[in-house]
Amino acid sequence: MSAPFAKLPAWADYVLIPLVNVTAAFLVSGLVVLFIGENPIEAVKLLVWGALGFGEGIGFTLFYATNFIFTGLAVAVAFHAGLFNIGGEGQAYVGGLGVALAALALDRIVPWWVTFPLAIAGSIVFGAAWAFIPAWLQAKRGSHIVITTIMFNFIAASLMVYLLVEYFSPPGSMAPETRTFDAGGTLPKLGGLFEFFGLDIGGAPANISLFAALAACVFVYYLIWRTKVGYEIRTTGFNPTAAIYAGISPARITIVTMLISGALAGMMALNPIMGDQQRMQLEFVGGAGFVGIAVALMGRSHPVGVILAAVLFGMLYQGGAELAFEKPKISRDMIVVIQALVILFAGALEHMFRPAISRAFAALAGGQPQTVADAGEGA
Amino acid sequence: MTDKTMSPPDLPGAGTAPPAIELIGIDKSFGPVRANRDINMAVGKGTIHGIVGENGAGKSTLMSILYGFYQADAGEIRINGQPAVIRSSEQAIAAGIGMVHQHFMLVYPFTVLENVILGVEGGALLGEGIADAHKELERLEREYELQVDPEAIVGELPVGLQQRVEILKALYRGAETLILDEPTSVLTPAEADHLFRVLKQLRDQGKTVILITHKLREIMAVTDNVSVMRRGEIVATMKTAETSPEKLAELMVGRSVLLQVDKGPAKIGRPLLEVENLTAVDERGVTRLADVSFTVHAGEIVGIAGVAGNGQSALLEVIAGIRHAKSGRILVDGKPIGVTGGSSPAAVRARALAHVPEDRHGMGLVTAFEESENSILGYHSDTQYLSGPFLNIESIRADALEKIEKYDIRPPDNRLKTANFSGGNQQKIVLAREMERDPDILLVGQPTRGVDIGAIEFIHRQLIAMRDAGKAILLVSVELDEIRSLSDRILVMFAGRVVGERGPDASEGELGLMMAGIDSREEAA
Repeated sequence: MSAPFAKLPAWADYVLIPLVNVTAAFLVSGLVVLFIGENPIEAVKLLVWGALGFGEGIGFTLFYATNFIFTGLAVAVAFHAGLFNIGGEGQAYVGGLGVALAALALDRIVPWWVTFPLAIAGSIVFGAAWAFIPAWLQAKRGSHIVITTIMFNFIAASLMVYLLVEYFSPPGSMAPETRTFDAGGTLPKLGGLFEFFGLDIGGAPANISLFAALAACVFVYYLIWRTKVGYEIRTTGFNPTAAIYAGISPARITIVTMLISGALAGMMALNPIMGDQQRMQLEFVGGAGFVGIAVALMGRSHPVGVILAAVLFGMLYQGGAELAFEKPKISRDMIVVIQALVILFAGALEHMFRPAISRAFAALAGGQPQTVADAGEGA
Repeated sequence: MTDKTMSPPDLPGAGTAPPAIELIGIDKSFGPVRANRDINMAVGKGTIHGIVGENGAGKSTLMSILYGFYQADAGEIRINGQPAVIRSSEQAIAAGIGMVHQHFMLVYPFTVLENVILGVEGGALLGEGIADAHKELERLEREYELQVDPEAIVGELPVGLQQRVEILKALYRGAETLILDEPTSVLTPAEADHLFRVLKQLRDQGKTVILITHKLREIMAVTDNVSVMRRGEIVATMKTAETSPEKLAELMVGRSVLLQVDKGPAKIGRPLLEVENLTAVDERGVTRLADVSFTVHAGEIVGIAGVAGNGQSALLEVIAGIRHAKSGRILVDGKPIGVTGGSSPAAVRARALAHVPEDRHGMGLVTAFEESENSILGYHSDTQYLSGPFLNIESIRADALEKIEKYDIRPPDNRLKTANFSGGNQQKIVLAREMERDPDILLVGQPTRGVDIGAIEFIHRQLIAMRDAGKAILLVSVELDEIRSLSDRILVMFAGRVVGERGPDASEGELGLMMAGIDSREEAA
C-alpha cells in the first residue's frame, strides 16, 4: 500500500524537513547541555561563532566540510544503486596511498599544479581498488557489502600501519608517517580568497581541494541524473528485478557503482595529506568516512544536500572544538553527543515529522481533498 | 446521477430485526486523500452482501475500519443495532466480526488445528484447548461442509484448503459476520464454486457474509444485495436480483462500458514463436516447467490459462531471457535463442520480442521514477534516447508525451512520479512502452490485473489491434474470462505442464477441470 500522505512541495521535502529535523536535534542537545549545568543558548552562540564567527573558524569549517563532501558523495552514489558502502573510511585511507605516492615522487621536481591532477588520479585508483574487492565479492559471491566494507576498514587500517612503518617512514624517524612534502606536493591554501572577502584565514588549512570536492558534486549530479549508467544505477537501486527485466546486469552495476564510490572516498585523502599536513600520517581520515554516511543520509543523496550537510558537520566539528575549549564542562564527548543527535534525527528518524508536516500542508492548502487512486491498492 | 442508498428496512433478510452491521456516515481521510466519504450501509442479518468497486474505490479502507485496522474520522458503526467501538482486530473479533484476508494470515509450518487455536489457546497448557478445539472443529466441518484434516500441515495444503482454514479460524472465534476480501483470486473455478456453496450455507445458518470482489460474475452468483463503491463513496445499494453485470459495471466506472470484446476471425500467418520441450528448474531445485511445447503464429493470440503459480511466470521469464531453462529450445521467427544460457533480456528484445510482465510494480516499472524515465526502461540503450554517454532528456520526454497522448495516460504528465498514477494508467505506461516498439512477438502477463474496467476495455482493444496487425501474442492471465474472450487458442497449464489445448469456445467448466490438472480428452497440446 502506498503511503497515504500528501505530496509535499520539493522545497519542503528538501529544505523544510531537514531543517525541522536539525532543529529537533539541537533542542534535545540543548536539554543535554542544560542537564550538565551549562547555558544552552550560550553554547549555541559559542558553537556558531566558533564555526563561522571569524576567518580562521570559517577556514577550519570549510576544511572539514571538504572531507565530508567527498565521503558524503561516496556514500550517496552507492545509495543510488541500493548499496550501503560503509567502507568510505578504509577507501579514503588507502586512497591516501595514491596521493602520497604522487607527492613523494614529484614534489621536488614539478610545481603543485602538475602533482595535483596526478595525485587526484592516484587517489581515485587506490580508493576504487579498495572498493573493488567488496564489490566483486557482492556481485559474484553474494557476500553482503555492509559486512565486507566494514571489514575492509580494519584491513585498510592494518595495511596502512604496516606500510607507513615499514616503507614510508623516512630512515631514522620513529614516527609512522611519510616525510614532509616540498612545495610541489603542497596545495595552496584559500588565504587569497579569504582576503578577497576581508577575512583572515589564519592557520586554517582550507585549500583548493575544496574546488575538487565541488567539481565532484557536479560530476555526481550529471552521472546520476543525466547519463545512461546513472539511469541504470538508479533503476538497480530502486528495483533490481526491473533492472534485470530491462537488461541491466545488477552485478555490473554493483561493481561500477562501488568503483565510483571508492574513487570519491579516496579523493578525500587529497585534503588532509596535500592540503594540510604535507605528509601522510596514521589515521589521517579521522572518522570522515563514517561522517559521510550521516552527510549522505541528511543530504538525501543529492550533491546539493551533501554540500549543505557537509558544511553543517564541518561547523559541528570546528564550532564544537571551539566550544570545548571555551567551556571545559562541555567536553569533546559532548560534541560527539550533539553530532550523534543530529545523525539520529536527520538520518534514522528522518520521517518522524513528515506525517505532521504533510497534514499541516494539507490543512493550509484547504480546498477539497481529492480521492487519489492509490489510496487503497488492491481493494 | 445514481441510485440512492436504500434505507435498511428495504433490504431482504433484515425484517424488523436491526441489521447485523450498520455503517452510518463513515468518513476517512489519509492526508488530503478522502478514501471514504459519508458511507452509509446496512448489511442485513443472514444475508450475503457484495461490495464492488474499482481499485482505490475505498472498499479495503472501509473493511479495514470495520475490522479495526483504521479508525474512522467520523461516523458510527452499529452491530445488531448497538453502537460499537472497534479500535483493534481483537475488538472486532469480540464483536463477532471475522475476516478472511486476500493474503492469508497463516503460520505455514503449523497444523490446521494449531492455526485455528492460535491466539485463543485457552490457557498456558495446550492440552485442554486442543481437545475442545477438536470437538468444535468437527462441529463446524459438519455444519458448513468445511472438511479439512486438523492434523495436516497448512503449508502442504492446496490454496483452496488454506482458505478454508482461514474461514474456520474466523468461525472458531465466534464470528457472526464474515468479511472476505477478494476470496477467489487464488482459486480454480471449482474451488470458487465450493466456496460459494459454503458461503450460502453459512448464510442459511444465520451468519452474515460481506464479500469484496471486482468480479461481477461472483456478485451475481452468490450475493443477495450489492453495494457499488466509486471514488470513496457508495453510489448504489440494491438487490442483486434486480441488477445486471452491465448495470454494475456502469455504476463502478460512472459510464457505460463494453464487457464483451469485439474481434474478427484471426488471420494466421507463419510461426513466430516456437517453444520446444522446455524444462526449467528454479533456484531451489523445484521444477517450474516440464516439457512445455507450443507455437504462436503471426496474427493470433494464444492464451495460457491456469491457476496462479503453475508455471506461467517461469514460462514468460524464460522466453523473455530473464531466467534460463534446463533444457529445450525456443525459436524466434525460426532462429533459436539461447534459452539454456546465453539469452538475456536485452538480446531477446533485439529480436523484436516485447514483454509486458505480470507484475508491473515488481518488474515492469520503477515506481519511484518519473513517468518519462519508465517509458524507456529496457530501451534506454537506444541511440534515439542518448547522446554519447548522456541521456537525451528532451528526446525521452517528447517520446513519453507522445505515448501519453496515444494511450490516453492520465494525468498527462511525463514528469509525475509513476507511483502516483493509478493501476490502470501504470499498466498503460508499460503497454505503451512495449507495444510502441512495434515488436513481432508480444508476451503479456496479467494485462488487466488491478486495472479498472474502463482501462481494461482499452487494453483489450489494443491487444486485438496488435493481433490484427499480424503480431504473435502470448497472453497469460488468471482471469478465465479474459483468456476466453481474447484468445484464438487456449493452452491450460497445471504444475508446470501444458495439460491441453482448447478453442476459445471451450466451456468454463471444461477449462476449470483442466486447470485442476484433469484433461478430459487426454490429448497432448
